[in-house]
Amino acid sequence: MATFHLNIPISDDEIKQLHVGDQVFLSGVMTTGRDAAHTYIIENFVKTGGRPPESEQELYEKLKKLLKGSAIYHCGPVVRQDETGQWHFVAAGPTTSIREEPYQADVMAHLSVKAVIGKGGMGSKTLQGGREHTYVYLHAVGGAATLIADSVKEVLDVYKKDEFGVPEAFWVIRVQDFPTVVTMDTYDQSIHAEVQVASQERLSALMQN
Amino acid sequence: MTQPDLTEHFLELVRRTSTDLPPDVERALRAAREREAPGSAAQGALDAILKNVKLAREKSTPICQDTGTPIFYIYYPGNWNTRTLQAQIKAAVVQATAKAYLRPNAVDSLTGKNSGNNLGEAFPNFHFHESQAPYLQVDLMLKGGGSENVGAQYKLPDSQLGAGRNLEGVRRVVLDAIYQAQGKGCAPGVIGVAIGGARGSGYVKSKEQLFRELDDTNADPQLAELEARLTREANSLNIGPMGFGGETTVLGVKIGALHRLPACYFVSISYACWADRHRTLIWRDDTVTID
Repeated sequence: MATFHLNIPISDDEIKQLHVGDQVFLSGVMTTGRDAAHTYIIENFVKTGGRPPESEQELYEKLKKLLKGSAIYHCGPVVRQDETGQWHFVAAGPTTSIREEPYQADVMAHLSVKAVIGKGGMGSKTLQGGREHTYVYLHAVGGAATLIADSVKEVLDVYKKDEFGVPEAFWVIRVQDFPTVVTMDTYDQSIHAEVQVASQERLSALMQN
Repeated sequence: MTQPDLTEHFLELVRRTSTDLPPDVERALRAAREREAPGSAAQGALDAILKNVKLAREKSTPICQDTGTPIFYIYYPGNWNTRTLQAQIKAAVVQATAKAYLRPNAVDSLTGKNSGNNLGEAFPNFHFHESQAPYLQVDLMLKGGGSENVGAQYKLPDSQLGAGRNLEGVRRVVLDAIYQAQGKGCAPGVIGVAIGGARGSGYVKSKEQLFRELDDTNADPQLAELEARLTREANSLNIGPMGFGGETTVLGVKIGALHRLPACYFVSISYACWADRHRTLIWRDDTVTID
């Protein structure tokens, strides 16, 4: 298990050197995105083959530029706005990722995103997509919200806040040494699948009693 | 008597609950950290958790950004007006949201619109109980969504799990629920279990179990034994903190029982994430304490 400090944009070669169990500290500009954001990207960008409705064209261009080589963070933060109108992250731990399983691989491929950050891990479609499109799943510590908010140095922008609500909006953030662990890599390895299989064996033994 | 305005104290109750983890939970997390292999992902996760708990307390910011459903259990003397209490608590919740102790979490199920201030239908959630005690007690739990999603209700008998209508059946379904949850409820969690009741009352009772001290002993010797056994067996699943694999999967299992219908035998299981946020306010003779 190694430790890596990666700067966004991340290259394919950097992603390929990562294996499950490695610690990764991320720095650079990324965006949050959860349930509403993922269905939005699928409906407007992926299903239209990259030809979104006129009204969404501007955001499409921004997200394409922002997310290429970057990361999507499954997070609905607690935010605070100061007197000058500037937003701050107060608490920002990961949310459960598995809800995005139907969409994640397509979102990653369409926008060339190199890392998805969340908690609880994801399924086989996302794992397979990681091998095909060279991205990893990074696990942040669930509930460690104040600690992670400390690594968010600046809120650069927010999209769809009024439409999606605070937790669901795209929050564009600059992070410094954001702490994660690789739990799904580009070699079909998933800590989540391993732990599930091993715990199922132990459960079966306990049920014999 | 004139009922006092306790709004500012309810605000402080919310702040404490969101930002200051109860000491028994923190002690259990510290003990869990010592059991994990040095340098393991499990120990790394617990280190981050403990650092976060300390930082949240110092900065007075939420331990977890999912500040959950605020669930209030209110035990009030008979001559108190519950509508007044409810109005004061709601006002405190709105203020707590504005001060970022709470994330706006109340979403209209039909329109998808977030109310923005944590008020909505059955939001926050109130359980009023008239009490004979000469004081007011308000228990607050902030119940996060990730852990709520891995809660489960079983209907016994369950032939697939070989679970009959007895404590062995209860043991089997609780182990199954913990296995199904894996790390998704933010392990290591605290498991609240209610045997019996109806579908609604069972879940309410299972959450009441989560107010117990982690190191208490169930007054019923059979349930005490089952709690200890389930804690041991759940940890032997090695799901570990965050589901990374490891020695500690649960911090405790707490079980209560309700009368049931002859036809029904429910086992209701509520999973509290490691950020098991609950606090109690007591108002007595014009003095307020929060523990």
